[in-house]
Amino acid sequence: MNLSHFSAVLLFSLFTSIVFGITQRAEPKKMVRFAALCFALFIVGTVAASWAMWLIKP
Amino acid sequence: MPAEANGKTGSSDASSSGVSPALALVAGWLVPGAGHLLLGKWVRALLLMVSIVGMFAIGIALAGKVYTPNTGEPLDMLGFAGDLGAGLLYLLARVLGWGQAPVLVVVADYGTKFIVVAGLLNIVAAVDAHSLASGRKQS
Repeated sequence: MNLSHFSAVLLFSLFTSIVFGITQRAEPKKMVRFAALCFALFIVGTVAASWAMWLIKP
Repeated sequence: MPAEANGKTGSSDASSSGVSPALALVAGWLVPGAGHLLLGKWVRALLLMVSIVGMFAIGIALAGKVYTPNTGEPLDMLGFAGDLGAGLLYLLARVLGWGQAPVLVVVADYGTKFIVVAGLLNIVAAVDAHSLASGRKQS
């Protein structure tokens, strides 16, 4: 199996966000919202960190 | 007035499911989602199982490393603790010899992280099942 870096980020974020949503909130609606927030933060955080690394490269 | 009579539940009260919190914890650790399944929350159980097993399987497919005990390296010991969180999945991986190949490509290192995080997420899910069974978490 071979994944691109971005595909790996997407899969990691998706699965982790689902577990966080289910375990960290008590109501279904809040679970979905928290999972979506976690997913967005994972993706945005990763892209931001990637650009930061590109900017500070020697 | 007893706690049950006024509708309040404390941490020592059994939940309405009647499942022992310890059983929910151990079942959830051994098989991802099994703790929630015992409590009748099958949608959550299915989502947890798909997420954790999927993550573990992707890690194996990416040729990630499955840690073994007693290597003497602190980071390896932490990795082993994380891997062990996957319960029977870890045992299956060890028995079938999955993930033993040396890490040669970048995505294999991703695979190693996928396997460790799958184990850690499984522990979080098992503790959540325990909280539901004990009444600490309401629903």
